Amino acid sequence: MSGLWLLADSRLPTGGHAHSGGIEAAVRRGLVSAPDDVAGWLGGRVPTAGLVTAAPSAAACALAAAAPAPARALSARGEPSDALVDRTFPSRTGVSERGEESAALAGRGFPSCGELRSPDWARWDAAISARTPVAALREVSRTQGRAMLRTVRSAWPDAAIDGLGARPHQALVLGVATAAANGSPHDAAALAVHHLVGQVCSAAVRLLGLDPLALAGVHARALDEHRDVIDRAADAGTDAAALDDPDHLPSATTPLPEVLAVLHARSEGALFAS
Amino acid sequence: MGCGKTALVAALCRALRDELSVAVVTNDIYTTEDADFLRREAVLPTERIVAVRTGCCPHTAIRDDITANLDAVEDLVDQFDPDVVLVESGGDNLTATFSYGLVDRQIFVVDTAGGDDVPRKGGPGVAGADLLVINKVDLGPLVGADTERMAADAERVRDGKPTALTSVRTQPITEVVDWVRAQVPVAA
Repeated sequence: MSGLWLLADSRLPTGGHAHSGGIEAAVRRGLVSAPDDVAGWLGGRVPTAGLVTAAPSAAACALAAAAPAPARALSARGEPSDALVDRTFPSRTGVSERGEESAALAGRGFPSCGELRSPDWARWDAAISARTPVAALREVSRTQGRAMLRTVRSAWPDAAIDGLGARPHQALVLGVATAAANGSPHDAAALAVHHLVGQVCSAAVRLLGLDPLALAGVHARALDEHRDVIDRAADAGTDAAALDDPDHLPSATTPLPEVLAVLHARSEGALFAS
Repeated sequence: MGCGKTALVAALCRALRDELSVAVVTNDIYTTEDADFLRREAVLPTERIVAVRTGCCPHTAIRDDITANLDAVEDLVDQFDPDVVLVESGGDNLTATFSYGLVDRQIFVVDTAGGDDVPRKGGPGVAGADLLVINKVDLGPLVGADTERMAADAERVRDGKPTALTSVRTQPITEVVDWVRAQVPVAA
């Protein structure tokens, strides 16, 4: 559980403080100026960008939990001990919060311990790219993925990061980290939405000089109002992982934030990296 | 802020670039102005100067969450295998210090015109930096700052660590260059 607190904390050093979740470009054009506007922005972004990142986070968590131990962990210790196996499949117990015991997971098509395989991360990575229309946002996702990978290596050395590559999409790294921290796919989806909302709200405080307490309220209400997005993302991601088919991941976006992201990447004088 | 960090970085690049492989990361607060200045001055090839964006928090980017700077430094190391990477902070305040997860040595620059009581007040930057540079000492007489007193105060709070008095824009910075050179294993 403590590992999940770490993942949820914006102070975990993963570079998130330099990103605004897209809201800087909206603020600079006068589209957002008050806490209600921030809530409105989130109302558009969470069911689209939030869903599209939360679902693969959930899928990656499920896949990582079913993956064999990283090669280096095995080679360093010889045969996997019971302790290592226990640590390598954390979410088989971690998902109990959602009422899904490991038997239920197996029923959804997950391999049993006897037939473990490494996830083919490249296919999942490509599926996220396909659902991120503009290159600027794909780049932002990979920059944050690389950063989070560095943090995960230090915090959870046994995480199933083998094969993710140097610059994977952040959603995959978050899912793998959640599994390593004994979290469930639903936890991974919730964390993805929490981070999107958190970036937007803290950036709005800095950019507009808004009352930080008012924005803490916006943050809390957004997570509450968009519980269904987290649930849908968790279900879709878990199903896609069970079928081992990234084509089952949801896709959704709206044009304005995509266009603004391109303009932001090209702009002079931006405070945030995105 | 405005104490001469970018001018110092430019001077260091000019002094060291012929004997060492040098690269620079700048942490401008809201522009790429410092990086643009360094590129315009052609102190190094353009591709060896990288600017990172710090999301309104230059302080955080060099100490509490060094991710963006680590990314930039690692990319420069992969590309050029430099002997030294200079990371310039965004202008901040007397408590802004670098994490040693990001840098091996840190230089803290203060401005003579910012008040000659700054070294006496100490703080993590003045007291803890590996090298303290008191810049613009040529302005001392004009702003009523006692630079000798600044040097003496610095010595008192710095526990034996060196302090250099400079006028980066008008005088050579030999002392700073020699100090940097002595920190780089390959040049020793």
